[in-house]
Amino acid sequence: MGKGKGDVKLLGAWPSPYAVRVNIALNLKSVDYEFQTENLATGSKSELLIKSNPVHKKIPVLLHGGKPICESLIIVQYIDEVWSDGPSILPSDPYDRAVARFWAAYVDDKFYTAVKGIVVADGEEAKAAAVKVLKDGLVLLEEAFLKSSAGEGKPFFGGDEIGYLDIALGSLLGWLRVTEKSFNVKLFEEATTPRLVSWVDSFCKHPAVKDELPETDKLFEYAQKVVYPRIKAFAAAAAK
Amino acid sequence: MGKKGEVKLIGSWVSPFVFRARVALNLKSIDFEFLQEKAGSKSDLLLKSNPVHKKIPVLIHHDKPICESLVIVQYIDETWTHGPSILPSDPYDRAIARFWAAYLDEKFFPALKSIRMVQGQGDEVEKKLKEIKEGLGLLDDALVKISKGKPFFGGEELGYLDIALSGFVAWIQVREKTFDVKLLHESTTPNLAVWVHNLSAHPAVKDIIPTADALIEWVRLNLGPPPPPAN
Repeated sequence: MGKGKGDVKLLGAWPSPYAVRVNIALNLKSVDYEFQTENLATGSKSELLIKSNPVHKKIPVLLHGGKPICESLIIVQYIDEVWSDGPSILPSDPYDRAVARFWAAYVDDKFYTAVKGIVVADGEEAKAAAVKVLKDGLVLLEEAFLKSSAGEGKPFFGGDEIGYLDIALGSLLGWLRVTEKSFNVKLFEEATTPRLVSWVDSFCKHPAVKDELPETDKLFEYAQKVVYPRIKAFAAAAAK
Repeated sequence: MGKKGEVKLIGSWVSPFVFRARVALNLKSIDFEFLQEKAGSKSDLLLKSNPVHKKIPVLIHHDKPICESLVIVQYIDETWTHGPSILPSDPYDRAIARFWAAYLDEKFFPALKSIRMVQGQGDEVEKKLKEIKEGLGLLDDALVKISKGKPFFGGEELGYLDIALSGFVAWIQVREKTFDVKLLHESTTPNLAVWVHNLSAHPAVKDIIPTADALIEWVRLNLGPPPPPAN
């Protein structure tokens, strides 16, 4: 049974890591919500999506009492601030909040581009270089983790409980696993990111998370059929 | 308020992102040391404080660095709780302010910045100008909805979105001069035109906002002419 504060509806899609962030945040706060799927494969957008996010026409969109909130990390902060009686998603200390926001922005800025870079890379060398970009990013996050919570023996970036950066990064795990499978690479390794390796395990088992991350095989197929061709076509058109 | 030396800001007078941090600090009446980076080089302190991006602004408070302009502005708001609130108190209003600030950084600024690279290429310039004008149109509409007749997005006082947009005003004026076009003007964005006037007069802004001419001169001296067309 969830706590309501008016009706809550999420426009999302199972393959979208950005929508998954919102699912996780809502679960963490035990909020009852209605989930409406947008069909990302066909690319056709529902009227409700277009009306609710006219600027970007993208998911996720959270509708709370009919009012739309857009952009995944903005939605997560909104959820944290509205359902303030559940576990805190952002830390309470302003400096810790700044650090969490910094790394979440880093994830959004770099990781998607890095994954796309691997998909469009032409030839083994280019691919290896693109994979290195992603792995270097993960090493930075490993260091950040060590400096904060992991250094204190805590399982999550948020400490004992998952928080903002856990959600921001963890939501990408489905896609990171698909990247590993598609290109036969290991992104999280004991040698370079030991704490993140344990973190991945803890995160995926978390009750607010475990039903939300897409199954690797299902996402892998979706990537091959829909997403990778789209990324490649887009890159080819841009190169002309 | 606050001991000098306790708060440092690494930045440059030309950067719209640094400008945000300066306005926020001024709004909260915080004493700070402004460490002006030299054009074309990065100080050791900058490289040490922001090793990931090596970019300004960086706020240093109690020797701890905070990076990314909007993260800095929120940090300032949350740390110095006296003085005007930068983010609104209502969660929905906060989400709206954050949405438009993100829009500025993800969509608006790239278009504003990249038009320089296509200077002289008529069609490409038109495309970029259209993008910029559409963005300003959206912001003009948003201002009406959000301000509800008050002078700023934040209401009676500057808020998060005012601060986020403030840094781009002078650069928009640079583009107006370079491309001989009206962008922030009563004929194109009537509400934002009034907002610019209110912003420019605000005590936290008026002594630090650069003129378009000063920026144009800086570009000439430090960036040289725009690149030639690709073909």
